[in-house]
Amino acid sequence: MKKTAWVFLMPMLAMVVVFFFIPVVLTIILSFTDMDYRFQWNFVGFSNFKDIATDFIIPKVTSNTLIYTFATLGLFNVGSALLISLLTTSMPEKWGSFFRSLWMLPRLTPSVVYGLLWLWIFDPTKHGLLNFLRASMGLPPQNWLYKAPMFIVIVANGFIGASMGMLIFTAAIKAIPIDYYRAALLDGASWWMITRKITLPLIRWQVLFVTAYQTLSLLTSFEYILIITDGGPVFRTEVWSLYTYHMAFSNYRFGYGAALSVILVIMGIIFALVYLKLFNFEALMQKPKVEVD
Amino acid sequence: MKLSFYQRNAEKIRVFFFILIMLILTLPIILGYLWLVLRSFSVDMNGFMPTKLTLKNWRFLWSSMKGYPNIWRTTANTAFVALMVMALEALLTSMGGYALSRYDFPGRSGLMKFILVLHAFPSVSLMVALYYVLKYLNLLDNLWGIILLKASLEIPWGTWVMKGFYDGIPWEMEWAGLVDGYTRLQVWRKVILPLVKPGIAVTSVFAFLSGWSEFIFINTFIFSQQFWTLSKYVKATIGDFRFADYGLLAAVGLFYAIPTIVLFFLVSKYMIKLTIGGVKG
Repeated sequence: MKKTAWVFLMPMLAMVVVFFFIPVVLTIILSFTDMDYRFQWNFVGFSNFKDIATDFIIPKVTSNTLIYTFATLGLFNVGSALLISLLTTSMPEKWGSFFRSLWMLPRLTPSVVYGLLWLWIFDPTKHGLLNFLRASMGLPPQNWLYKAPMFIVIVANGFIGASMGMLIFTAAIKAIPIDYYRAALLDGASWWMITRKITLPLIRWQVLFVTAYQTLSLLTSFEYILIITDGGPVFRTEVWSLYTYHMAFSNYRFGYGAALSVILVIMGIIFALVYLKLFNFEALMQKPKVEVD
Repeated sequence: MKLSFYQRNAEKIRVFFFILIMLILTLPIILGYLWLVLRSFSVDMNGFMPTKLTLKNWRFLWSSMKGYPNIWRTTANTAFVALMVMALEALLTSMGGYALSRYDFPGRSGLMKFILVLHAFPSVSLMVALYYVLKYLNLLDNLWGIILLKASLEIPWGTWVMKGFYDGIPWEMEWAGLVDGYTRLQVWRKVILPLVKPGIAVTSVFAFLSGWSEFIFINTFIFSQQFWTLSKYVKATIGDFRFADYGLLAAVGLFYAIPTIVLFFLVSKYMIKLTIGGVKG
């Protein structure tokens, strides 16, 4: 009986240990070495961490990371997601599901193709969408990628990030008993009133959950930045996770890269703990689970 | 409920405005994909009007491009990675999920916590160590390395999802099978597995999509052109032709995105079915 359980678990565990657990341990060990392209184990104590503290690019990278994470979160992953789910649930379902499926499209498109779309929209020549619009108003083309790289990176990530919150909020809104709305309508409440007094308070937990979850995802996401600006121009969109990647795979400073990763994970854990405290998630966990069917 | 004439119209006006706002919000997505399709078939474009239609942008499909690997070989590599990731994830998560859902063994709760704790370490923070592990196992510049990495990093999450699907199946199903003389393994394979098909389908579709779209690992751990997948191919064309030939970029990009867009339509249909039907305990 007990043995069969392990028969089922063994294959999965073997892979997770080799390609997930060991790398986690290895990352921590590597952060105390100065390993480079020669792959020599040379323990140097905390010197990587001391280097990070004095690295002159780190302040820039840190502020980029915070701006990128919280602007994307506020404007898109929570902000737009909330707006989309409120609006699409207040229109005929045919239209609502049409818009929601369009918003799912970026998430399912391969990242390089999706990046290409934004490269075209913000193209510095007259071929780009924005510059075409400017030209039709008689204005000269702008070099958007130089003028507002952080904005581009935030928008590009936001159009993907919004869909997760959208799905969760929409499901939550649809689960609210219709009687509440009927009662409010009888009392003559406006749409805005209903949204503010009924819908928003009832999906509060989902909003908090998405906020916490997406902060952690954004903190470590760099794929679209790598494709669109590669951190440039001159570190203006270089976020922590991308800096880690560049240090390891452009400069071959594996030990230093590992140390940067460890700090990134610690930052994530700190954010998670702050959210736990701030949003009182424990109260949520203690709530008895109600089966809704 | 009776509404006055004004109220009914106010509702209509409001809905109209909401649709309008959504249209404006969604415009970048609509325009982006519209451009991708139109641009891939046109010589040049004046805004959104193709000046002249052509198939020349798709030349990479039938003639070889200098400095690039064969497109069909690259496509086959991409499909290979996607299918293998899918097969591995579907098999291992449906086994693991079953064990977590149905067996009470020592270390069960510890194991489940262990899986959750692993998620504090996102795959990008492990890149350095993953490079080392692949190098040690001689799997650098090897598609199997990518497949194993990709599957392993997603399996913990998938196992949790599959556990949820197994949890929804009543125990009586298993008892009935056991009474009929099946062993636990047979019960799993012949009775339970068919019932979690929706779960397996969801896991498989997402695994396929993530394998098909994989970029960072390919970009970092693959060096030889013969092992390129389409993500690397598209990235290289963006680097080489960004200001010279948007038509080619659009065609290559669209070619790469087609399977995901097709799956997108299948998935959204399936998702609806999943919420309507499915197994209920």
